[in-house]
Amino acid sequence: MTGFLTLFRKEVLRFWKVLMQTVAAPVLTTLLYLLIFSHVLEAHVQVYPGVAYTAFLIPGLVMMAILQNAFANGSSSLIQSKISGNIVFFLLPPLSYLEFFLAYLLAAMVRGLIVGLGVAMSGLLFTDLAFAHPLWILAFALLASAVFACFGIIAGIWAEKFDQLAGVQNFIIMPLTFLSGVFYSIHSLPAFWQAVSHYNPVFYMIDGFRYGFHGVSDVDPWLSLAAILPIALILAGLTLQLLRSGYKLRH
Amino acid sequence: MSRAISVRGLAKRFGGLEALRGVDLEVEQGEFFALLGPNGAGKTTLISILAGLVRASAGEASIMGHDVVRDYRDARRKLGVVPQELVFDPFFTVRETLQFQSGYFGIKRNDDWIDALLHHLNLTDKADTNMRRLSGGMKRRVLVAQALVHRPPVIVLDEPTAGVDVELRQTLWQFIRELNGQGHTILLTTHYLEEAEELCERVAMLKAGRIVALDRTANLLRADAQRRVELRLSPSRLPAALQPRLAGEKNGAFLLNLNDYGELEGMLAEIRLAGVQIESFCVRQPDLEEVFLQTMRGQP
Repeated sequence: MTGFLTLFRKEVLRFWKVLMQTVAAPVLTTLLYLLIFSHVLEAHVQVYPGVAYTAFLIPGLVMMAILQNAFANGSSSLIQSKISGNIVFFLLPPLSYLEFFLAYLLAAMVRGLIVGLGVAMSGLLFTDLAFAHPLWILAFALLASAVFACFGIIAGIWAEKFDQLAGVQNFIIMPLTFLSGVFYSIHSLPAFWQAVSHYNPVFYMIDGFRYGFHGVSDVDPWLSLAAILPIALILAGLTLQLLRSGYKLRH
Repeated sequence: MSRAISVRGLAKRFGGLEALRGVDLEVEQGEFFALLGPNGAGKTTLISILAGLVRASAGEASIMGHDVVRDYRDARRKLGVVPQELVFDPFFTVRETLQFQSGYFGIKRNDDWIDALLHHLNLTDKADTNMRRLSGGMKRRVLVAQALVHRPPVIVLDEPTAGVDVELRQTLWQFIRELNGQGHTILLTTHYLEEAEELCERVAMLKAGRIVALDRTANLLRADAQRRVELRLSPSRLPAALQPRLAGEKNGAFLLNLNDYGELEGMLAEIRLAGVQIESFCVRQPDLEEVFLQTMRGQP
C-alpha cells in the first residue's frame, strides 16, 4: 500500500510542480475555444431547445480537456522516465504491477479532472450551467478519464520516442475528440457521418456527460454508459497485462 | 544460510546477440566480490537480471534465496542497485528523491536513515537542492543513497566510480567498506582494476557472456601472473646469460621474469660480470590488471 501511495503521490506531484504547463495552459486553451466559438455561433446555433449554445458547448469542452489531459499525464510521465532512464527508480523496488497501474491511472485521472474542473469553473463566468443529473456527470467524468488514462499509459509504454507519442496525440486523440460532437450535435451531420460518429467512443463520453448537465442528449445515457464501460474494462485489462508481462519495460 | 547471490545456467539473448551464455556464480553473504570484464562482456546484463530489469532467456538467479522472477518482491527487497547510468528525476530535490525511493520499498518514515545516508555521502547541505542543479559526482552519490534507502543486505554497484573524482572515490569506498564490515554483501563491477584488487576478496572475469576466471583475488594474483624485474642499464645492453628471462622492453628498460627472489643474486652477478652499470632497478609485483589482460588474451 505504501508503495502504491508513494508512486501515486510522486505522479501527482510531478504535474503539480509544473502547474502552469499541465493545468493552467490547457484550461486557457480550452477557454479560448469557448470564447471564439460561443462568440461566433451563440446567435446562430441552437442545438437543444432552451439550451444556449455556450451552455451546450461547455460540457463538451470540459470533457475534451479531461480526456486530453488524462492521456497526456501517464504517457508523458512514462516516456520521460524511459528516455531519461529514471524509470529504474520504480522498476527496481518491489512494486507490484497492480500498484504501478493504479498509481499511474489515478494520477492521470486526477490531472484530467482538475483541468476539467478548471474549465467548468471558468465556463461559469460566461454562462449559467444546469446540473440536471450530477451523478451522470460524475460517472462519465470518472469513466472517460479512466479510459484515456489507460490509453495514455499504454501509449507511454509502447512509444520509444516523443515523436511516436506526438503521433498518437495528433493522429488519434485529436481527431477522436474533435469529431465527437464537442462543438455540435451529431444530429446536425449528414447521415453517413452520423453513423460514423456512433463508432467513436468519445461521442458517447461527451453525449452522456452533456446529459448530466442539460438533461438532453443525442442518445440515451445508459446506451453511452454501455458503450464506454466495456472499453474501459478492456483497456484496463490490456494495461495490466502489458505491465505484468513487462512489455518494453523489462527486457 | 542462503547465498547472497546465486546464479545458475544464466543465458540471455537479445535478438541475434548472446549477451550471456550460461553463467554460474555463487556469492556468499558478507563477501566483497568483483565482476570484471571488457565492455560488452555481459556484466550489466547479469546485474540487470539480478535486479529484475532484464529477463533471462534461460537459467535462474536468486538473491538471499529468493528467485528474482517467482519471488520478485522479496528478492528486490534484499537488493540495492546503483545503476551505471547517471539517472535522476529532474522534478524533485535530493530529499524528495530519497523519500520516494523509501516509499517504493514500503518504508513510511525513513528520515533518520535518510539523514544518515546524506551525512555519510557528504550530501547534507544539498538535501533540498533540485537534482538538476547537482554536479555529476553528487548525482552519483544520490544514486548510491537511493540504492541504500531500504538497507538491503546485498548491494550491487555497477561501475560506481566511472567519472568520479579521487576524493569522492575515497569517501565512497570508505562507506561501502563500512557497510561490508557490517555484513552487507557487495558486488562490484569496475574498470579500475586496482580498486577491485584492493577491495574485493573474490573476482569473476567475464568475457563474451562467459565466466573465464573465478577465484580469490590472492589466488589469481599468485597463479597467473609473473613477477618481473624492471631494469635500466648503461650502456643499454642485456648480458647474454639473461636473455632467456627477457619478457619485453618498456621505455628503454628491460623486463625480466623472476620466479623466485633467490634468483636475484645470480642476475646481479651476471650484470656485474658483463661490466654494465645499473641505472635503475625495481621488482614489479603482478597486479590484477596483468592477470586480467592475460586472461582476456588467453580466451577465444
